[in-house]
Amino acid sequence: MGELTATIPCSEAVRQLWDYLDHAIAPEDQERVEHHLSFCRRCCGELEFANEIRRFLAGGSSEEIPPHVKARLERFVEEL
Amino acid sequence: MHPSDDAIHSAPGTSIPRKAMGTAPSERMSGIATRDRTKEAFEDLARNELPGLYSLARRLVRDGAEDLVQEALLQGYRGFGTLKTDAAAGRWLKTILVNVFRDQLRKRARSVEEVAAGDLDDFSLYRTLIDEDPFPYSDSLHTDFLGTFDREDLREVLLRLPDIYRAPLVLRYMEGFSTKEIARQLEAPLGTILARLHRGRNLFEKAMWAYARESNLIRRGDDDG
Repeated sequence: MGELTATIPCSEAVRQLWDYLDHAIAPEDQERVEHHLSFCRRCCGELEFANEIRRFLAGGSSEEIPPHVKARLERFVEEL
Repeated sequence: MHPSDDAIHSAPGTSIPRKAMGTAPSERMSGIATRDRTKEAFEDLARNELPGLYSLARRLVRDGAEDLVQEALLQGYRGFGTLKTDAAAGRWLKTILVNVFRDQLRKRARSVEEVAAGDLDDFSLYRTLIDEDPFPYSDSLHTDFLGTFDREDLREVLLRLPDIYRAPLVLRYMEGFSTKEIARQLEAPLGTILARLHRGRNLFEKAMWAYARESNLIRRGDDDG
């Protein structure tokens, strides 16, 4: 961590957590969030929960297709 | 550019110019020319991809998921010859479906309903759960909260979000598309997609909390006494 790393408040760290997890922020912002997380237990909790929500969303992607809908769509494809 | 990215570029319905139909000499040399683009091959592909396409359509629209899939299949069949690699076929069809969704949205929406960031940034579901403590005897409050949502609950929460926020959220975190891919699919600047993802995540957390209270997934604190 560089000497010039600015300390950011919790509100700023929390605002950037998802982008931090996505690696979607500039390296210097990434460093600032990491610096904040190194001393703020509450924001570490926020980070862990943000990760849980991401896993929750990713896990909800597959859905059973009702048999009657599947049959209709298969017939549609056959008749193309 | 990633191979699948290239294949997705040629998805029918995008504004990006389609690559020339037919097989390039370099592809013939590398053996890609053996790819099967017959009606039977499309039927096999469609059958395999139906569950994924239907799931995606149900996340994007409340009603009309089947129609959305049908239109995507029709456009996919018409553009099947432009699909470059079989490995990318599933994502290619999903991209076509998103294009159809985007076009429907444009026809329907007169204006885009942006939500001001300032209204949302103060909300933290993590802190709200600690403050409200809906499961007083839980050692894993936040995990337990997420565990109360089944698949239909999740869908309902997503459908409460305005389309412009729901679509990037679904495509990024449920379908695994990159933000650049989403920007191309929805024909919006990357910065706009990033901003909508940010607001969409906030709206999603807020909607989860509201839905959990309204639908009695958790007991309201003021009901405890």
